Amino acid sequence: MSISKEILDKIALSRREYQLIVERLGREPSEVELGMFGSLWSEHCGYKHSKALLKHLPLGGQRVMVRPGEENAGVVDIGDGLVLVMKIESHNHPSAIEPYQGAATGVGGIVRDIFTMGARPIALLNSLRFGPLSDLHNRYLFGGVVGGIASYGNCLGIPDMGGEVFFADCYSANPLVNALCLGVAEGKNLVKARAYGEGNLLMLVGADTGRDGLHGASGLASRTFEEERELRPTVQVGNPFLEKLLIEACLELAETDWIAGMQDLGAAGLTSAAVESAARGKGGIEIDVLKVPRREKGMTPYEVMLSESQERMLVIVKKGYQDKVRAVFDHWELHSDVIGQVTVDGLARIKEGEKVVAEVPMNLLTSPPLYRRRVKKPRWLDELQSFNVTSVPDLSPREVGPVLLRLLASPNIASRHSVYRQYDHQVGDNAVVLPGNDAAVLRLKGTKKAISLTTDGNGRYCYLNPYVSGAITVAEAARNSACSGAQPLAITDCLNLGNPERDDIYYQLKECIAGMARACRKLRIPVISGNVSLYNETRDEAIYPTPVVGMVGLIEDVTRHCASGFKEEGDLVFLLGDNRTVDSSLGGSEYLELVHSLVKGSPSIDLDLEKRLHRCCLEAIKRGIINSAHDCSEGGLAVSLAESCLLGGLGFNSRSWNLEGRLDAALFGEAQSRIVVSVAPKLAAKLEAIASKWQVPVRKLGVVGGGRFIIEGYIDLSLEEAREVWWGGLEKYQ
Amino acid sequence: MKFGIVVFPGTWSDRDCYYALNDVLGQEVDYIWHKETDLSKYDCIILPGGFSYGDYLRPGAIARFSPVMASIERFVCQDRLVIGICNGFQVLCEAGLLPGALLRNDHLQYRCQRVQLKVENNSSPFTSQCKGEQVLRMPISHYEGRYYADDVTLAELEANNCVVFRYSTSTGDITEAANPNGSLHNIAGIINKKGNVLGMMPHPERACEPILGSNDGNLIWESIVVHL
Amino acid sequence: MYLAKVYISLKPTVNDPQGLTIKGALYNLGFTSVEDVRAGKYIEIRIEENDLAEAQQQVNEMCHKLLANPVIENYRFELEEV
Repeated sequence: MSISKEILDKIALSRREYQLIVERLGREPSEVELGMFGSLWSEHCGYKHSKALLKHLPLGGQRVMVRPGEENAGVVDIGDGLVLVMKIESHNHPSAIEPYQGAATGVGGIVRDIFTMGARPIALLNSLRFGPLSDLHNRYLFGGVVGGIASYGNCLGIPDMGGEVFFADCYSANPLVNALCLGVAEGKNLVKARAYGEGNLLMLVGADTGRDGLHGASGLASRTFEEERELRPTVQVGNPFLEKLLIEACLELAETDWIAGMQDLGAAGLTSAAVESAARGKGGIEIDVLKVPRREKGMTPYEVMLSESQERMLVIVKKGYQDKVRAVFDHWELHSDVIGQVTVDGLARIKEGEKVVAEVPMNLLTSPPLYRRRVKKPRWLDELQSFNVTSVPDLSPREVGPVLLRLLASPNIASRHSVYRQYDHQVGDNAVVLPGNDAAVLRLKGTKKAISLTTDGNGRYCYLNPYVSGAITVAEAARNSACSGAQPLAITDCLNLGNPERDDIYYQLKECIAGMARACRKLRIPVISGNVSLYNETRDEAIYPTPVVGMVGLIEDVTRHCASGFKEEGDLVFLLGDNRTVDSSLGGSEYLELVHSLVKGSPSIDLDLEKRLHRCCLEAIKRGIINSAHDCSEGGLAVSLAESCLLGGLGFNSRSWNLEGRLDAALFGEAQSRIVVSVAPKLAAKLEAIASKWQVPVRKLGVVGGGRFIIEGYIDLSLEEAREVWWGGLEKYQ
Repeated sequence: MKFGIVVFPGTWSDRDCYYALNDVLGQEVDYIWHKETDLSKYDCIILPGGFSYGDYLRPGAIARFSPVMASIERFVCQDRLVIGICNGFQVLCEAGLLPGALLRNDHLQYRCQRVQLKVENNSSPFTSQCKGEQVLRMPISHYEGRYYADDVTLAELEANNCVVFRYSTSTGDITEAANPNGSLHNIAGIINKKGNVLGMMPHPERACEPILGSNDGNLIWESIVVHL
Repeated sequence: MYLAKVYISLKPTVNDPQGLTIKGALYNLGFTSVEDVRAGKYIEIRIEENDLAEAQQQVNEMCHKLLANPVIENYRFELEEV
């Protein structure tokens, strides 16, 4: 076999995979063909290490119209003739190299996935991870990523409703940038990414093609970081202005019957757009690369087929409608060129003028080998989990107040206003609950409905217990939805992990998916789309396995929504959910890391209680009984109470709260399935009745009001002092 | 009476303006593509927010050469009303229909947040329904909103009562802390000397219903309707 | 004392949306002979330094470390004694 290791490395195929190609093809592939295989068989496009595991996630449901992999994004029906289209995607590697452009083009890519389907994008969220901000390079990455997201999203006029950002050492060389987009469409206008119908035309629209990001799919998503730094691939510069024009033009076309399908060009550019849409349409395609407009001179067919130039769309135009479609693009001042056509021979045929440079059966390209391995729990994990709480001294009552302030100032807990105020979160006239709450709420004009949006994921938990943490990630997102008054509808997930060819990483991936699947089934929430980002490691140091769950929820009556901050002086504050002090809840907590520099223990969750808790909270909000709801997450109960105070600008006073067990666990432990709510005194009995109906423990904690945060005998802080550290904790780095 | 909302390539507040005027206030509204030149059926033209031409070069610098702009200049000469919001304000300044310029925010970051605006002149066609010195609540959302003009121009603006809105505290105090972008004299909105062109950085169309946090923006639209 | 005039531009192969948009606008204004537009940055730096070679080295380092992003940008500079 003549193929060199260098070439195989460049396209990230193993020698065995190459042999498989030769066997199936019955000959050696041409250069262009090999490049196409390399891209489509990459983890990014082909999911060869994760597909066998991902199929355990529950994908169906009454409202689900499009499942993962069927189209560019998943679709759920919300009644009134409307559907929601949602997807999350990672742009980790490009953002590590050029944070501003990397994050910006990440936003551009996910937005294209949504409007490709004929849906108007109405919200963005991002889930971000960086190394500690004490390090200057991490600060540069953080600032660049936030600036890039802002620059692209703001220019498009799509509200960015926040999301989450966390910091830990393991993300220092390997930041995570996951972008989520949600769109809304009339069900009848949904556009499929399918190239079908012999003689229908392939029209390429938008930016000219340059040598941008060659090997993005194979190179970026399958190589570890260090190798890649050496590679220094061409960074792509996004053009949000062009994308805005594409959105308007494509949505205009979605309302016509002039097109058979649309597909955006993302990873692996024209190759994956053409092949994937044709494979879905069960036909073939023929493209002439000479007809593709270029930004640079001297590009080879290989480069044209694999370029990842941004802001391009492939439109499958029905025979005879070419002029009408072109007129729409002309109006929006966009270039459009017919570059080929749909065939019925099941082949991907690429020509350069009359010369055929690639001709491969479609089904070979889209069926990469799938890997599945047996792996055991790694030993180092046993050691991490066997954490003995008694090895850490409890706090004395005197220490509790200062520790609360330290936690509020921690970049993992402090106010995120300095991030989301850089995002336009109010364009669209839909934002009812703004970023900074458990979930953002957007009303849907023309209906009584609203939706909630949240992203969640705790890498530290997942590092300590991938299975349980997979379940917690789903549960927490659903809990956040419930706190806003929304019934969870659907999930889009992004799994960020290290190199799956390592046994311990594969174990994490497998367990994490299994845990997520269990929680999804228990809580009856389908996964409608997702993305896997593997090989997140540098010098063999992998990131924490970081599953990120984006969740959309439905509020039937927009007037019955809820936010996290206390609202009225004199309201009573209750804890719904587990109210026992469990010492092991310190495991994996922010407190344990911040105060004792320990990342140990193992989180746990009772999914039955979790489910009843959501129903209880939802009923209380629907009946208009509670005034605020905020879940307990990083920092535990004390932080949750303090946040409700700070968000509402009102104090809290507890006189008769006898803390049981360890003080640190009672106040800062991170037991799951807990929500802090506030209620008018005259409605308290009703709340207790609802809790008892759902068998959810309920406990009175104190009263809203005054200018201080008081837990008598333990904490007495002025709100101003708490606000100052919480408000500035992250802002001071920006 | 009829409102016209100009749409440049890259405009995005057009839909929100349409919603506030049509859905909320029941007014007649049309979109006007930037290549149109006949404005005869309109009584008030709105240049909405967004990133016309991606804000490349300078915000508003390219849009101000769109065909519709020559018609808008004539429209202004005929004493008819024009309001520019955010990017629209930037376009009006670039076109010379309002004095001064909008520079990059002093903190060099994009800023989206709710602000308070003190009404400094409630005798203009755009503010007659506001009480004197009323404080309005509405959001800002911009990267380049720092109002700048030379000393002579500033003095003239102040002397002619052309400063209509200033960033203020909730009690109407004009403080540095209440200024979200470093604008000179806390200027958030100005009118021309004749008083028929208003430019403002904050977004009244985003403060059109209580569920969005404020409906103070409607006072501006209602003032225009009363005037016409 | 030297005055450094630093010119930063996108590498020739990197996409320049701003340049493309300006080019379109110029074309619409009637400047139809415009072939290409690339937008960049211009920075002036005064340096308290008497030795030309030293000044050169310093500005070079500034460019590489902060002023330009070598992944996507090229830079060049002129030094003027002032």
